[in-house]
Amino acid sequence: MNKTEVINLQDKSRHIRRLIINEIGKLGVGHVGGSLSIVEALVVLYYKQMNINPANPKMEGRDRFILSKGHAGPALYAVLADRGYFDVSELDTLNIPETNLPSHCDMLKTPGIDMTAGSLGQGISCAVGIAKASKIKRDNAYIYTMVGDGECQEGQVWEAAMAAAQFKLNNLIGFVDNNGLQIDGTTEEIICLGPLADKWSSFGWSVQCIDGHDVEAIDNAILEAKKVQDKPSMIILNTVKGKGVPFIEAMGSANHSMPVSEEDRVRALAELK
Amino acid sequence: MYENKEMRQVFGSVIEEMMGKDERIVVIDVDLAKANGTMKLREKFPERAFDVGIAESNAASIAAGMASYGFIPFVTTFTPFATRRMCDQIAISVTYAERNVKIVGTDPGISAELNGGTHMSMEDIGVLRSIPNMVIFEAVDNVQLAQALPQIVDYDGVVYIRMFRKTTPAVFGDDYKFDLFKADVVREGKDVTLFASGIMVAESIIAADLLKTEGIDAEIINIHTIKPIDRDAVIKSASKTGAVVTCENHNVIGGLKSAVAEVLVEECPVPMKAIGIQDHFGEVAKIDYLKKKYHMTAADIVAAAKEVISKKK
Ligand SMILES: Cc1ncc(C[n+]2csc(CCOP(=O)(O)OP(=O)(O)O)c2C)c(N)n1
Ligand SMILES: [Mg+2]
Repeated sequence: MNKTEVINLQDKSRHIRRLIINEIGKLGVGHVGGSLSIVEALVVLYYKQMNINPANPKMEGRDRFILSKGHAGPALYAVLADRGYFDVSELDTLNIPETNLPSHCDMLKTPGIDMTAGSLGQGISCAVGIAKASKIKRDNAYIYTMVGDGECQEGQVWEAAMAAAQFKLNNLIGFVDNNGLQIDGTTEEIICLGPLADKWSSFGWSVQCIDGHDVEAIDNAILEAKKVQDKPSMIILNTVKGKGVPFIEAMGSANHSMPVSEEDRVRALAELK
Repeated sequence: MYENKEMRQVFGSVIEEMMGKDERIVVIDVDLAKANGTMKLREKFPERAFDVGIAESNAASIAAGMASYGFIPFVTTFTPFATRRMCDQIAISVTYAERNVKIVGTDPGISAELNGGTHMSMEDIGVLRSIPNMVIFEAVDNVQLAQALPQIVDYDGVVYIRMFRKTTPAVFGDDYKFDLFKADVVREGKDVTLFASGIMVAESIIAADLLKTEGIDAEIINIHTIKPIDRDAVIKSASKTGAVVTCENHNVIGGLKSAVAEVLVEECPVPMKAIGIQDHFGEVAKIDYLKKKYHMTAADIVAAAKEVISKKK
């Protein structure tokens, strides 16, 4: 990536964070922390790496993204809106009655959402199924998925991991949003994930660990992952929950689902500079 | 005594009190302790109140293991995870193996509000009711919950506790006497019976008041324990009034309606109608909005009551 591209994606990340703050701020409550922590990854995927067509969300052979940590829907909605899947003004309807943007991703409601999620652990298995299907169809699609670090406590994540390795799904590229926090506290004090990179690699995945807020590192990691033969890839994103807004970052696990008053919204936008 | 308290606060403080007196009680959370009012137990009882992370099926079987050592574990989470994600473990490690475990599910049905369709369990009672020997209790208010918990501890067997977790209107007064296996007559009447559970009890009280203005005398029975259902109470009331409406925050398939109908069809069939989730999934919105959309308001209960009354022989 050249310098201008890096700067453009960084600017885009800032813009997406503003959209997220406004989107959740308008409603007054939501999953702020885990939405802000995945912004750079989404931006690199949706503005650089993925073969997609916002005018034709169900395009055959497209790359797909499954947000297994479905509670971060507001981040993905901001990206999809900005990318043209639907009007940006629709972000104001987050979680209001009859919305197409419910707190957890719903493939029956939102253009561009490739899989419904919300019960943690399931999305990554769905991604394995989609990647397996794509292999059979030989459509050369890449299937991306994102799990939370807390989500990795679900046994299903590791069932999915073994299946993906068994099926040699090198078209499957996963991310762990390794922000170190879940609801009740840090992952370390709740159920420690131990050496997470070693775990994934012992489950048969090619693993990279990078700064999850560095767009260039994310882009390079995806390019590396695409070179891997016969294995799925996991990119562990070291991130900060609530990234970009200092007072929200400082809240720690309390920023998981938090009230956002009009005052908070204005302050967050100001701190986002 | 419990006025203006959220149900989860009452749950947390009653459990805390019981844990102080009874060393067998254990609370196992799955990363929703903050949501369920059980977080502070860890300060006082660091060994017996703990989190196993986002791993519900693991939690249920861990609880079964601890029960083998004589502990009485309460596993707490939201209703969808307490049932869908733990179902096989509840069936085999817990119930089939006769381990004395209590499962607590909060945010039932439409009360999951902004968490939306994925978090709205319309099926939890139905799923668990068909597992042999499960006791299924749904709390109505703080007073009832506080009296129920000690009885649930005293009962040697698997109990599912389904509860709203925020502030809910008081239905029962200080003179209330709870019995886990006996339904409560909330109001006596002669023209129609409203069998109600959970948040729908308060709604049926409003409905009964509306019916009264039209000269209709409705009886309200709270079926707090849906399994085993208090058969005598169901038969007694239905044979007196001759018309029944069930009111539940659950799919009308598999829950209260089914449990009541199973009794009535054998013992005293009467015209019947069910208020509840009419076999569909949920969606994001506040409770009041969804009650209207899903025809679960007092006005809907009134209309159903009139319909069953008109069908009386
Ligand atoms: C099966 C299941 N259990 C519990 C929940 C409730 N829940 C939603 S988010 C969350 C914490 C997630 O932590 P993590 O995966 O680390 O996400 P992040 O920090 O990125 O927000 C929990 C327990 C759920 N949605 N699904
Ligand atoms: Mg996390």
